[in-house]
Amino acid sequence: MSQTVAAIEARALSFDYAGYPALENVTFRVEEGDFLAVIGPNGGGKSTLLKLLLGVLRPTAGTVLLYGRPPQKADVAVGYVPQETGHNVDFPVTVGEVVAMGLLRRRTRWRRYSKEDEERSLSALARVGMVEFLDRRIGELSGGERQRVLIARALAGEPKILMLDEPTASIDFSGQHEIFELLAELNQTMTVVVVSHDMSMVMGYARHALYVNKTALMHEIDAHTRYQIKKQLSGENGHYCGAEFWRDLGRAITCTKACEDA
Amino acid sequence: MLEALSLSFFQNALIAGVLIAVAIGIIGPLSVANRMTFMSGGIAHATYGGVGLAIFMGWPVLGGAATAALLAALLIAWISYRNLHRTDTVIGMVWAVGMAVGVILTDLTQGYHPDLMSFLFGSILAVNGTDLWMMTAFDLILTALIWYFYYDLLALGFDPVFAALQGVKTRWLHLLLLVLTALTVVLAMRLVGLIMVIALLTMPAFTAERYVKTLAGMMGISFLLSLIYLLFGLFLAYRFDLSAGACVIMAAAFGTILLFFYEKERELK
Repeated sequence: MSQTVAAIEARALSFDYAGYPALENVTFRVEEGDFLAVIGPNGGGKSTLLKLLLGVLRPTAGTVLLYGRPPQKADVAVGYVPQETGHNVDFPVTVGEVVAMGLLRRRTRWRRYSKEDEERSLSALARVGMVEFLDRRIGELSGGERQRVLIARALAGEPKILMLDEPTASIDFSGQHEIFELLAELNQTMTVVVVSHDMSMVMGYARHALYVNKTALMHEIDAHTRYQIKKQLSGENGHYCGAEFWRDLGRAITCTKACEDA
Repeated sequence: MLEALSLSFFQNALIAGVLIAVAIGIIGPLSVANRMTFMSGGIAHATYGGVGLAIFMGWPVLGGAATAALLAALLIAWISYRNLHRTDTVIGMVWAVGMAVGVILTDLTQGYHPDLMSFLFGSILAVNGTDLWMMTAFDLILTALIWYFYYDLLALGFDPVFAALQGVKTRWLHLLLLVLTALTVVLAMRLVGLIMVIALLTMPAFTAERYVKTLAGMMGISFLLSLIYLLFGLFLAYRFDLSAGACVIMAAAFGTILLFFYEKERELK
């Protein structure tokens, strides 16, 4: 049997925080080139899962494989865009310096960046359309601009997999749309995994959605699911409560008659 | 006024001023940009515990001060790693308890100690040739370390989680910063005093940040401003026979406020 190796594979993954299970028996597979949205309620384990995939946290049980190897050993480059909350935006650092942080591992013997590294930074910045911001101080940028810079930082290492944690949490609607357009474009050359709350964006761009709430359930986002979710979002009374929505996504989405007719 | 330049103690004080400005110019911006000012203040004040202990035991004061400063740095690093509830309160305790220990031990020591005030408020008489060599050596080591770890420090300051993912040893680097801050405090102690040093760490960095975008730029401007404030303060202290630390801080406060309003004016135009 000639099965291609998955970009990401989680096998019976469990993780405990101080004795309490955060994730239980999570198994899924992400093919190369996929666009996966990780969704689910707050505290459901989305960020924990991402950290397990990155190799920042080690699972209590089970395994994570990136292209068939554990994250700590995999030589495949993973680009990571963390949640905005951890940054010190007032730190005196320019856009160019931030992007170069994606290349910290590559530096020369004296911990300096080479000419090549500088070119890599520039081309990463070009891919997110932010070259003219090179010498601006990071704190002067808007939320959306800063997010692009952080994506460029992740791209500088020329990753095969890009992982983002709530990349649009602090951005206005049009900014969110632009970020997802950018991710769709990047998805043509790399696998994208994004943790997001933003259902309308997720449904518009992702090909699979992994619903995580201690356990995980993979949905394929095809025309049927899109229809189903759109219908549920608009709701019969024009109101669809978030809790119901999460509950529905926690189950397999079945195709209704109305959906098939559509 | 100029006859002061021919006095060897004053020459020593001026050279020390230049050497301290180098250390302050580097550590000040790092402390401000990393929001470590309160930690630095804790280290500076706790250092007095070591001064008191050295006087009580009859040990060399500089050794006692350095030991206490390093212990305070380790303790504060540990507190911040543990991310304890109310980290600020705990650092505040280190700050005050260190001082209290120093005060009690000097109270218990027999006899009169004229230099005690100079450790707290600084003195232009206190610097000798050995101090100058130690300051020079420290400046060289400090500059080399900061040059070597410069990009690691940027990553640590901006986004420690990402820095750690990129292989930066963030905890060790943070500890190194606190240790270098502790040693800067000890070296600046003779001239500026333990109580005043914290203001000298913050004021030049605060002004510098308004003029430049990078950490290195901030260090350059902070060095120049600290140098001006230190030298000006030393001349004031000599001329009017006042405490050196207090004069330096008044010069720094005056300069900081002046530059702040000058910049405000310029922005309005």
